[in-house]
Amino acid sequence: MVGIVVVSHSCKIAEGVCELALQMAPEYKQMIPAGGLVDGSLGADAMRVLDALHSANDGDGVAVLADIGSSVISTELAIELLEDEFPVRMADCPIVEGAVAAVIEASVGAPLDGVIAAAEEARGARKKEI
Amino acid sequence: MNKTKLIEILGRTADVIEENKLYLTELDTEIGDGDHGINMARGFAAVKEKLSGYEEMSCGAIFIDVGKMFIKVVAGSSGPLYGSAFKVIGKTVGDSEEVTYIQFVEGFEKGIAKIQALGMAKEGEKTMIDAMLPALREMQKADIAADGIKNAVAAAEKAVEHTKEIIATKGRASYVGERSIGHQDPGATSFYIMLKVLSEAL
Repeated sequence: MVGIVVVSHSCKIAEGVCELALQMAPEYKQMIPAGGLVDGSLGADAMRVLDALHSANDGDGVAVLADIGSSVISTELAIELLEDEFPVRMADCPIVEGAVAAVIEASVGAPLDGVIAAAEEARGARKKEI
Repeated sequence: MNKTKLIEILGRTADVIEENKLYLTELDTEIGDGDHGINMARGFAAVKEKLSGYEEMSCGAIFIDVGKMFIKVVAGSSGPLYGSAFKVIGKTVGDSEEVTYIQFVEGFEKGIAKIQALGMAKEGEKTMIDAMLPALREMQKADIAADGIKNAVAAAEKAVEHTKEIIATKGRASYVGERSIGHQDPGATSFYIMLKVLSEAL
C-alpha cells in the first residue's frame, strides 16, 4: 500500500492534517506527519522528512505533500538523498485538500501515480462560485 | 588553494558569519521568517567543530562534509541549498590535496545550478542566486583566483544592493510582495559575506 508523508514547517499543522485526513480512512496506517524541527519548533528539516519517508514505505512507495517554501526544498532534498531506494513523488497541491484525497486513494490500494493524481486533482477544488 | 588554507578559510567564515548572525536575521525578519542568520551560524558552528578532523581528509571530502553538516543541522532553505551546493563543489574538486581555481569555478557553477534546480529559482527573484550568478560571471572571465574572486566580490556587493530594488517572487518574501522593495535579500547578503572572507584570505 502506498504511504503518505505530510511535510510542514509546523508540527501542529502536519499532525493536524494527518488527523483530519485519517477521518476518511481510520484503518490506514501509513500516513506520517513530518512537521517542524526535532525540538518541536518551526522549521523544515530534510533529515526528518527522510525518516518519515522510510516509516511510511512498505515497498509500494510514498506520496509526499508539502506546504510552503523550505518544506518543498527539504522534500526534494530528502527524495534525492533516498537515491531511488523506493519510489517517492511529491504532489503539487494544497496540503489539506490533497491529503484528504490522497488518503482515500491510498487506503483502497491505489498505486503511487493514482494517489498523486488524486492529490493534484484537489488543486482545482473551488471554495466559492466565480 | 591548499588544504591548510581551505580549513583556515572555513574557520574564518564561521567567525564572520557568527559576527553577522543578528544582522542577517534582522534582514530576514523584515521580509522573511527571521531565521537566516541563526541558520547560517548554526551550520558553520557545526563545521567549525569538525575543522581539526579535516586535516586528514582531501579537499573534495572536506567540501562534501561541510555540505552534509549543513543538511544535517540547518533548518530552513539555506541548509538544503548550501548543503547541496557544497557537496557538488566537493565532487568536482575530488580526491585532491588542493583546489585549483579552475576546479573551484567549475564546482561553483555546478553548485549554483544545483541550488537553482532545488529552489526553482531564476535571476531577478530576490534570492541568493541574484548575487551568485554575477559573481560566477566575473570568476569565469578571469584566469587567476586573485583577480576573479576580487571582481566577483565587487559584483556580488553591487548585486546585493540591487536586490533592494526587486520584488521578491520566491520564498517566504514573495508573500510580502511589493512591500519587499527597499529591503535587501538576506540570502544574497550572506553569500556576499562568505565570498568577501574568501577574497580577503587569498
